[in-house]
Amino acid sequence: MSHHDHAETERGPQDIAELPKDKVARFDAALPEILRRYPADHKEAAMLAALRRAQEIFGWLSPAAQKLVADRLGAPATRAEEVATFYVMYHTRPVGRHVVEVCTNVSCSLAGGFDLFENLKAQLGVENGGTTKDGRITLRQVECLGSCGTAPAMLVDEEMYESLTPQSVEKILGGLK
Amino acid sequence: MSETLILTRRWPKNDPSLAGYRADGGYAALDKALGMPPAAIVDEVKASNLRGRGGAGFPTGMKWTFLPKDVRPRYLCINADESEPGTFKDRYICEYDPHLLVEGIAIACFALDIHLAYIYIRGEFAKQARALEKALEEAYAAGILGPKLGGKADFALDVHVVRGAGAYICGEESALMESVEGKKGYPRFKPPFPAIVGLWGKPTIINNVETLANVPWIVTNGGAAFAALGAGKTGGTRLFGVSGNVKRPGVYEKPAGYNLKKLILEDCGGTASGRPVKAVIPGGSSSPVLRGDEIDVSLEPDAIKAAGTMSGSGGVIVMDDSVCMVRALARIAMFYAEESCGQCTPCRQGTPWMWKILEKIERGEGTMDDLKLIEQLPGNIMGQTICALGDAAAMPVQSFVKKFRQEFVDHVEGRGCKHGQTAWGVSRQAREAWVGGNRHPAR
Repeated sequence: MSHHDHAETERGPQDIAELPKDKVARFDAALPEILRRYPADHKEAAMLAALRRAQEIFGWLSPAAQKLVADRLGAPATRAEEVATFYVMYHTRPVGRHVVEVCTNVSCSLAGGFDLFENLKAQLGVENGGTTKDGRITLRQVECLGSCGTAPAMLVDEEMYESLTPQSVEKILGGLK
Repeated sequence: MSETLILTRRWPKNDPSLAGYRADGGYAALDKALGMPPAAIVDEVKASNLRGRGGAGFPTGMKWTFLPKDVRPRYLCINADESEPGTFKDRYICEYDPHLLVEGIAIACFALDIHLAYIYIRGEFAKQARALEKALEEAYAAGILGPKLGGKADFALDVHVVRGAGAYICGEESALMESVEGKKGYPRFKPPFPAIVGLWGKPTIINNVETLANVPWIVTNGGAAFAALGAGKTGGTRLFGVSGNVKRPGVYEKPAGYNLKKLILEDCGGTASGRPVKAVIPGGSSSPVLRGDEIDVSLEPDAIKAAGTMSGSGGVIVMDDSVCMVRALARIAMFYAEESCGQCTPCRQGTPWMWKILEKIERGEGTMDDLKLIEQLPGNIMGQTICALGDAAAMPVQSFVKKFRQEFVDHVEGRGCKHGQTAWGVSRQAREAWVGGNRHPAR
């Protein structure tokens, strides 16, 4: 719901020149550390890591941010786009200040994960993938997080929280500004 | 009788540091390996009956011998993508004993003349990626990795951590290599197999985290000793992750031929609710489901295969008799629909179709024709796709409908789920977990 609104009102920057110069500089400064992991003749291999870094710096992967990554790796922009849209951890639409991702797969739901997700939707007033009106939280349902023994589990800004109870979830969400 | 622990031995110490690992004898196996002819190391691994612990169970030593003799460079990819629902073991090796993995990688690379290795870890494992980065940093600083392997060999080895970004399919070995190459995770046609044409077109070995973590023990104690711990053609111990409706979920290291019923009823204390076990998924969500009366079976891959299922990735999911089988299967079907990469039509179209039909039946809007359809569809996906995801999506659907058919019929005839709001069972809460000797209390 609300992420569709965002998509209509905010298409985001389209070209590299529209990106904030200081953030572009930060991205460029981070590149060598990423590139050193790959053979020099396989620069494009750094695509996943470079997109991750760009997302951390720019908040989400706008068309301009995707172009920046492709440009720096000597790849066509479509290569960045196909990777950015393939993996679920990349945001190709604006998201809230925090992203909360609840696992509802079998082991988590047997331990209350589905209930937890439904309660959060009601509490935050959003549907799956939606962002609260104040832009504080984007909520979505995700697949198995590999925390089945310590279910239910969720990610908050990509950090794992496990063995969740209604009380612990309330506390974790309360800490998100 | 005290059981031999290979993988979880150091977990209760909660000390992943290099100093701690060394104090417990760590990296002595690498020292020993560096004094062996590389081919002798491969022979020990072959003799050990070590089989891949990612799910397929392929003999590791045999896989290693598939590398062509004269092509260089060769690469090693370590599969830490652990994403099969119900599977949560490799992450703890990374958290509690990352140097065990690093040592296994170092020995494997020395044995196979590989000088560059990538640990591909799923993007959601941020903490585990940090633990591995830290371990690698320590190993480089101590001169174990880098230009002189183990501080003495005239052998350079670089190991890097590469993070995924959320895609189950990247645990499939050829999709994993695509992802390491910085691409979307589309599986490749096989043959050629990765050992012949792999990463950047070069011969590549892909081994699971748990698989490689066994290698130091095999070098220290010999392949025969490892084989003796297991059963049949599967050597060693295995990590079984038990989740769902059990009193003590967690990761248990047991001999490869351990009994599934014993694991659930004794080690895990039976169901948390005290109700009977209704269904068990024995090896990750792709493995065919067993009824509660079918679980008195060995988890050794060949033995459990004879029982019509597989111990796959060692992820055991237990459901008591308060759980709706249609609800559970619909959620599993949703997973495969979400995670199908979209490359092959039968899987791309078939997985969401199965999911929608199952949701329809669960809602009480299904007909007997829908039930017929859901019995037919999996057979039209099986074997029709490039990778095993199609089969993985089909097997749970086939087995759930076959083994719990009356429950599906009841949903159609009763126009709904009799469990109502408790389709996920009556004991939906976090429980104290027991992970290789470490308590994880529910907060």
